Amino acid sequence: MTLPTPLASSRAGLAATRTALPNGAVVIAKETRAIPAVTINLAVRAGSVCDPSAAPGAVHLLSRVIDRGTTTRSAGDIAEDLDSRGITLTVGVTRHALSLICTCLSEDFDAVFALLGDIVMSPSVPDDELAIRKAEVTTAIRQDEDNPAVIAVESLMGLLYPDGHPYGRRTKGSADVVEALTRDRLVRLHVERFAPSELTAVVVGDVPTGRATGVAARVFSDWRVPPPAPVMLPRVKGSTRRQRLVIPMMSKAQADVAYGFTTIARADPAYYACWLMNNALGQYSMGGRLGDSIRERQGMAYYAFSSLDANVVEGPLTIRAGVGPANVDRAIASIDEEIRRLTQEGISAKELKESQQYLIGAMPRALETNAGIAGFLQVAEFFGLGLDYDLRLPDFLRSVTLDDVHAAARRILDPDRATIVIAGPYSDR
Amino acid sequence: MRVTTLDNGLKVLVQEDHTAPLASVWCWYKVGSKDERPGLTGVSHWCEHMNFKGTTNIPREQVKGIIEQFGGSWNGYTWIDQTTYLETATRDALDRMLFIESERMANCLYHADDCESERTVIISELEGGENDPDQLLDQEVTATAFKAHPYRHPTIGWLSDLQTMSRDDLYGYYRRYYIPNNATLVLVGDMETDDALRRVDRYFGGIAPGPAPSRLRTVEPQQTGERRLTIRKEGTAAYVKLAFHAPAVTGPDFFPLLILDAVLTGAKGLNLWSSFRMPPPQRRARLYRALVERGLASIVGGALLPTQEPFLYTVSATATDGTPLTSVETVLLEELDRVVRDGITDAELTKAKTQLKARLVFDNDSITNIAHQFGYFETIAGLDVFLEMPSRIAAVVLDDVVRAAHAILCPSNRTIGWFDPIAR
Repeated sequence: MTLPTPLASSRAGLAATRTALPNGAVVIAKETRAIPAVTINLAVRAGSVCDPSAAPGAVHLLSRVIDRGTTTRSAGDIAEDLDSRGITLTVGVTRHALSLICTCLSEDFDAVFALLGDIVMSPSVPDDELAIRKAEVTTAIRQDEDNPAVIAVESLMGLLYPDGHPYGRRTKGSADVVEALTRDRLVRLHVERFAPSELTAVVVGDVPTGRATGVAARVFSDWRVPPPAPVMLPRVKGSTRRQRLVIPMMSKAQADVAYGFTTIARADPAYYACWLMNNALGQYSMGGRLGDSIRERQGMAYYAFSSLDANVVEGPLTIRAGVGPANVDRAIASIDEEIRRLTQEGISAKELKESQQYLIGAMPRALETNAGIAGFLQVAEFFGLGLDYDLRLPDFLRSVTLDDVHAAARRILDPDRATIVIAGPYSDR
Repeated sequence: MRVTTLDNGLKVLVQEDHTAPLASVWCWYKVGSKDERPGLTGVSHWCEHMNFKGTTNIPREQVKGIIEQFGGSWNGYTWIDQTTYLETATRDALDRMLFIESERMANCLYHADDCESERTVIISELEGGENDPDQLLDQEVTATAFKAHPYRHPTIGWLSDLQTMSRDDLYGYYRRYYIPNNATLVLVGDMETDDALRRVDRYFGGIAPGPAPSRLRTVEPQQTGERRLTIRKEGTAAYVKLAFHAPAVTGPDFFPLLILDAVLTGAKGLNLWSSFRMPPPQRRARLYRALVERGLASIVGGALLPTQEPFLYTVSATATDGTPLTSVETVLLEELDRVVRDGITDAELTKAKTQLKARLVFDNDSITNIAHQFGYFETIAGLDVFLEMPSRIAAVVLDDVVRAAHAILCPSNRTIGWFDPIAR
């Protein structure tokens, strides 16, 4: 077998190698020598947006059972293989990807990579395993129903992305849908959505890049499945009015407030301005301006922060605060005030400089561990940011001006269009 | 690694690590919730919060961003034996990090307004924890398992103490325990040891030592019979938790019990800062097979945490929707009885050791995690305990595990707690 020539970044920085296999799978490898361990991060572009519209939660259930048997390995074989090496396989689902992530000792790399490849390509979805995982997922859904934070955020997403938009659906689905899902449906979902064209395999750790790439190529080169049809996401319609939903959970001690907007796509040129705006609003130091106001000055909450998830389409900006029931209204008023101030005045030159310094300066920490590097490389590949993105990112951030941030704030934030959910011991009555 | 003690009693550990252009500084204090008297529960943790609010030489308005300017993160935590603070940032921030920690040790302000403002923040933190039934059950089981030792009260404190504690209570506690001769400073990262020690001396050498803090001396009496509790509260899932009095990290049964836990629920790391981020390898573990693989529980876990004095070994399970807690508890107890009766196999011992070996590697994947481990073990038991860990694990034999199982997993040593939900 002849491997395609890896493309290496010409400058310093991560300098990972990227190899596109003839079947479309991408392998990215980066050697590090800090500890004798390797992180394998396999991402398939088959996240919860691929849920059948009548079966939200199907991809999540598939993620729970995908590693419980393949056409050549039983669930017991896989369990023994993982446990005997002291390693854990984490299978996660985001909106756009299903990921298998595992850190193993270097000496186990070849065998563990082969195992993960087998799981990605050939899950058998045994009926008995499916029944057990359904019970687990159903229990987790029931636990979520008792968690004000989860209820608040999931309800917010439902309101921000209405009419069945995939971003508005619960990743885990609902108990009745999960119960009704069959082995055949999950197998079909795998056949329809899993293909080498959708796979990015990232290997970071104490293994030479050539060997990592070679092992990946051996495992995946014979995988022949045509690319799936693209998932068409509905257009995101931003809210035109202020919405407020209260979900009373009177037995709880604290209320969770989730307050949000739809924002921009990751590919939008305003992304870096939005990132810096969000950092100043609800991230920098202990929660940015929101943390200063709600936690530090008013002592109302243990946490108050915002997060931005610019995605393939316009993702959410979500503000969160956990407050006692007596402080809910005051906390929301404080959020309104900070949003209004940001849209009217923008941020100061000092704030912009601080956030730029922080986000750029934090990169060595973010890229210190194998898992951190692997996650960064997956994001860069998914959004097409390039192998040298770690080198270019500082300039993207430095080039943002105060006017850019102010424009981003005016474009996204508006208390009169905010969507607000309160879950906890609170009632409008 | 270089280990030294300044004239004022501050112990300093420095390890060079040039993997990345970063440095991590941790300052550890031998004070945790076990040092708190009734009426002042939660004071250690509240002091930790107050120690982020400005000092004589760091005005309140300059706290924000003081380490973020270097791309760094900073934080702290309090638990039963220790309170600790950390900064990890680019190497050029080393002076800044040492300055912050020296100020924190000697010059925190405890303004009355800040104390009041933080009171509600901490009560909010407590209430947020109570929203989680599993956390509530853990708190109640711990309080039931201990009847005398201060490990019985939660680190965050009891609500009435948080409502009534005064600024003077907080400041007095701070002054008593935040002294160099009650602290350990750990530096790991891209630095040169001699130079780093000179800097440490510059920032900390002038801080005066204080009288050695007095310690509570209560020893938990031996438990003489099983204890039980049931929380009935609105909820959607049922939880069961078993707690057994367990040895301190220096006890002869600690590492055999660590092996036993790996056999029962999969090996965890021993890094409280990072281990929880990676679930244990447990698919072939006994309790996972008995409960999760049979559909009785969605989650099962064990926890043996390294502590200065004898604490608890806990086993927890979340019942699958519709499964009675009795069924989960019965199987749990059957499995524990079996391991007491029959011990573990040679293959299980080997696998547990392999798992723990791997976890110890994974526990040390960053300078922050490495520095945590040095400081944590130095604070609760001495650095040697950490350095000898691989050999102590390797030395465990089957008979040790049997002995530990007999001594610890007996009915008279256990507390069983249920969270039995009431439907809304």
